[in-house]
Amino acid sequence: MNNASTLVTSRPDRSLTVTDRVARGLGWFSLGLGLAEIVAPGRLGRALGLEGKETLLRAYGGREIGAGIWALSDTPAPAIWARVAGDLVDLGTLAAGLRGGGDDQRRNAFIALAAVGGITLVDLLTAMKLSAETSENKGEKGRDYSDRSGFPGGVAKARGAARDFRTPPEYRAAPAEEPRRVSGELEPA
Amino acid sequence: MKALVWHGKMDIRCDTIPDPEIEDPKDAIIKVTSCAICGSDLHLFHNYIPAMKPGDVVGHEMMGEVVETGSAVSKLSKGDRIVIPFTINCDECDQCRRGNYSLCERSNRNKPMADKVFGHATAGLFGYTHLTGGYQGGQAEYLRVPFADGTHIKVPDSLTDEQALFLGDIFPTGWQAAVQCDIQPTDIVAIWGAGPVGQMAIRSAILLGAKQVVSIDRLPERLSMAEAGGAIPINFEDESVIERLNDLTGGKGPDKCIDCVGLEAHVSSHLDSMIDRVKQMTMLESDRPHVLREMIYVCRGGGVLSIPGVYGGLVDKIPFGVAMNKGLTFRMGQTHVRRWTDDLTRRIEEGQIDPSFVITHKASLEEGPGMYRVFEQKNDSCIKVMLRP
Repeated sequence: MNNASTLVTSRPDRSLTVTDRVARGLGWFSLGLGLAEIVAPGRLGRALGLEGKETLLRAYGGREIGAGIWALSDTPAPAIWARVAGDLVDLGTLAAGLRGGGDDQRRNAFIALAAVGGITLVDLLTAMKLSAETSENKGEKGRDYSDRSGFPGGVAKARGAARDFRTPPEYRAAPAEEPRRVSGELEPA
Repeated sequence: MKALVWHGKMDIRCDTIPDPEIEDPKDAIIKVTSCAICGSDLHLFHNYIPAMKPGDVVGHEMMGEVVETGSAVSKLSKGDRIVIPFTINCDECDQCRRGNYSLCERSNRNKPMADKVFGHATAGLFGYTHLTGGYQGGQAEYLRVPFADGTHIKVPDSLTDEQALFLGDIFPTGWQAAVQCDIQPTDIVAIWGAGPVGQMAIRSAILLGAKQVVSIDRLPERLSMAEAGGAIPINFEDESVIERLNDLTGGKGPDKCIDCVGLEAHVSSHLDSMIDRVKQMTMLESDRPHVLREMIYVCRGGGVLSIPGVYGGLVDKIPFGVAMNKGLTFRMGQTHVRRWTDDLTRRIEEGQIDPSFVITHKASLEEGPGMYRVFEQKNDSCIKVMLRP
């Protein structure tokens, strides 16, 4: 028998952890950003020095919406790891934006780069914490419960011990060995 | 009093709320001595069951001592030690008289809403959705029991809380699952899911005399407990369920199949389970019915599928043509708890079975929310959590 106090360390009276809340926040952020990238890729592209890359921005928007939906589910860890991967792709794309456009666009791209860098750090820390908190059995080998038959007299004695039970008529099924019917007549067993 | 309160998806807290009071002459109040976290509580935890409201007290496996009775309660007295079935039954309506307690026609106080959704309302349930009455649950220090004369199981002094607690849900649920199969001595029974209900279904099938019981899961600790109860384990992450079941049955398929998994089937490498997951997240499908599909496919023609696992709403891509052509019988439903409990109590007393084997973790009520996470993530080989308010 295991005592809960060794398993539940922080705020055992609440099931939702701070990390869960951050993951949800990132999920909503993903949805918002994804929507913006799909609805207004032209405006975003111009601001960030990524003109002509509207299709790419729309694809990124789809990726963000997918990650956002998943992050809001009951298994957010893979979605946040997907966000980390997506962040790295975004950083690469924004770095390209630094090379083109005017001063304003380069400044905007630099600000966006710094912001995405910050978000990447939050995503990475959240993903690592979520994985640590939610991994099944936390890397331990499953315990052996082979001494828990539930039958005080053992399995052999228990097998068929309740054959005195009469199945209610509405739950009866045809017996496996029932004689076959041929032309409406019962064939001899 | 302290109680575990649902605040939203994956958000259960131990809050202080007002004590329950007698609201109807047929009510009783119990002081909860033991309760448990059920697998179907996780469906509420993950918000897959519609019509939960923030502030709802959860829990539907509980037992305790009667501390107050309404003026119309005649079968209970202060101090009685009782288990509360998760289905509330009036004992008087047509369905109750037939033994269909989970279909009680009077106990669901949100009948108009339930009629709209289900066509016809089902019984009131403790600590569950407002579609089943929105009654306060038993993961709390006290509980109001409506229709108390019908909604209780008296506990013999000889049984401990650990032995008696599961009479309220998982033991009769596993039992009814096996009874629905009408098990014959020649039957090979395959049971998907080796969680608490699966474990009880295995024991029930053994007691009812199945020739062979097969347990399908992926967690070694659960399969070790299943094997201890007399089942042949199949780890679906290590081998093909269909191939192994066909091997075990000489290519005929199991005679009876039991789904103790329900709407949250594990997302495996099977394409259908991955598609279900995506559709569930995007609200295109409410349930993940991989087990149902597998059972229909592998079951022997003319066999029975028994479904105690909870489904919440809509399932897609069910091969109903296969089911029709194979002449399969489907039996399912919430458990008619009281219908079976006199018999099961006797079997525990006689030592045929001791349901306490399934308890792997004990905790205080305050630690309950954290234990939801432990149970959900199957950490520390957790199979069943018992809480002591």
